[in-house]
Amino acid sequence: MRNIVAIADKELRSYFVSPIAYVVIGLFALLFGWFFVASLSVMVRFSMQAGMFGGGPQSININEFMLRPMLANTAIVLLFFLPFLTARAYAEEKKSGTIELLLTSPLSDLEIILGKFLGVLALFVLMLAVTALHMVILFWYGEPELGPMLSGYLGLLLMGASFISVGLLVSSATRNQIVAGVVTFAVLLLFWVLTWLADSLGPTTGAILSYLSLLEHFDDFSKGVIDTKHVAYYVSFIAFGLFLTAKAVDTERWRG
Amino acid sequence: MIEVQHVTKRYGPTVAVDDVSFRVEPGQILGFLGPNGAGKTTTMRVLTGYMPPTDGKAIVAGFDVFEEPVEAKRQTGYLPEAPPLYPDMTVREYLTFVARINGISAADRPASVDVAMGRTSVADVADRHCGKLSKGYRQRVGLAQAILHNPSVLILDEPTAGLDPKQIIETRKLIKELAGDHTIILSTHILPEVSQTCERVVIINKGRVVAEDTPDNLTGRLHGSATIHLQLDTAGMDPAAALKQVPGVTGVSLGEPGSDGRAVEVHSAEGADVRREVAAAVVAEGWGLLEMRRARLSLEEIFLQLTTTEEEEAEVEEAPARSVADADSVESGDSGDSGVQAGGAGDPADRADPAAP
Repeated sequence: MRNIVAIADKELRSYFVSPIAYVVIGLFALLFGWFFVASLSVMVRFSMQAGMFGGGPQSININEFMLRPMLANTAIVLLFFLPFLTARAYAEEKKSGTIELLLTSPLSDLEIILGKFLGVLALFVLMLAVTALHMVILFWYGEPELGPMLSGYLGLLLMGASFISVGLLVSSATRNQIVAGVVTFAVLLLFWVLTWLADSLGPTTGAILSYLSLLEHFDDFSKGVIDTKHVAYYVSFIAFGLFLTAKAVDTERWRG
Repeated sequence: MIEVQHVTKRYGPTVAVDDVSFRVEPGQILGFLGPNGAGKTTTMRVLTGYMPPTDGKAIVAGFDVFEEPVEAKRQTGYLPEAPPLYPDMTVREYLTFVARINGISAADRPASVDVAMGRTSVADVADRHCGKLSKGYRQRVGLAQAILHNPSVLILDEPTAGLDPKQIIETRKLIKELAGDHTIILSTHILPEVSQTCERVVIINKGRVVAEDTPDNLTGRLHGSATIHLQLDTAGMDPAAALKQVPGVTGVSLGEPGSDGRAVEVHSAEGADVRREVAAAVVAEGWGLLEMRRARLSLEEIFLQLTTTEEEEAEVEEAPARSVADADSVESGDSGDSGVQAGGAGDPADRADPAAP
């Protein structure tokens, strides 16, 4: 455990000693702010229109009008951002030779992988933490429901962690960061749009594809439903990704 | 302390290391010598647990590297060919991280980092980023990383590569100091380095061990008879007859007379030292004795003899022989300049042209 924390700490720091963390968190905050303002203005317009017909401004569901679209947009932004964060995890260590330090130190492969996973996850949590500011504004001026908000964040966290596990796997298989980033992005996008063919491929195949889609499982979270089925999906997705990463690292070892 | 048993490593169809076995006793320094691509780095990577061997096993400090990797790695300090530094970390941050993953407690980390930096003289760059260091500093920070957790075994892949002559001497001195408490394997293709620092030498070529002995035995073993090289001013006389009279001398070969006297080689039976008698004979004849030295096979020559197969000999004779000779002359020249040359290294034979027959 101590070793996992040591690696995670090193990973998280490495984002902050380079411009990566500042660029990623800064731009993510900017985009999220933009979504916030955009959905706020939509909500205000709806509220005004509703008020004109119904006599006086109506209170409308903030969760429905602001939170859900913002969470959905955030999920898309993560699809673009997280592959860049994970791309370097293994690829850079292999290119600079520092992987030789890690693999010849008294650490197990699993400790290194979990450490790296938690390091990227920590940066991702910091990204999400920035958005909490906007949520405070919502609570200040409106009355959103806390439950769906928290379940939405849990959904984002699980989905982001799944992205990270795919990213680690791809990064462990190459020494080129650009290749790692592009492949991760393509794989995630594919998982995202799996449902597009679900309808035309017959009921069984369609059901399987929908089940595998990363997006499909996120929907309920943003509605405020925490379904064990979805949690199990994400957790097993993450575990499988990390398991394959361990295999990839081991294979690399044998091939030399 | 370190034991390599029949280790074979294949990359697909290529055999990088082929049935290599050797052992290093506790506290010893073993020089691992071989041309580029001979399998030195692969063997070291097997020993450090970076990669598993295809066959055979490696035992470090009593632990099988693949049965108990974490215990074996805890006992091992490793400096890879390229020092594994994180460019964005400062030297101190980097070494602290290395201390941490080697299980040194938070309280002891600053002290062990300071000790390691002191021993490798990198304390003056403690707060510089690793990415901005010169090659010499990078190499020494890499060495600091290897000795940081006070491992019982040190595996150093070309520890002096990229250092300037003064640093090379300091590093060799450090390695020799470490030898008492640590068992050390160092790889190199700089031959005088081996005769200066190592107690045993393993010469490896094309993945196979071709020789294993002490540097002295290696240089001694491979020449069948002893030869003395003389430079004489004989004033036009033929020295052969007089020299053959000296007891113990089995043969005399003459060079052409030149401006610096005449080169003469006097052969004697192995083990017989005829230098005094030869000198007396030269003086008795009234010739000028300009130079006298024992011609021993240099490590370069042994190295070439062992690593060159017959069909290769023709080409190797020219090119690589020269490059080894160049590396050597830079080496000995440099060490000579700073005047701290170790006794054994001063052996003039080390500078002999290996291309000479």
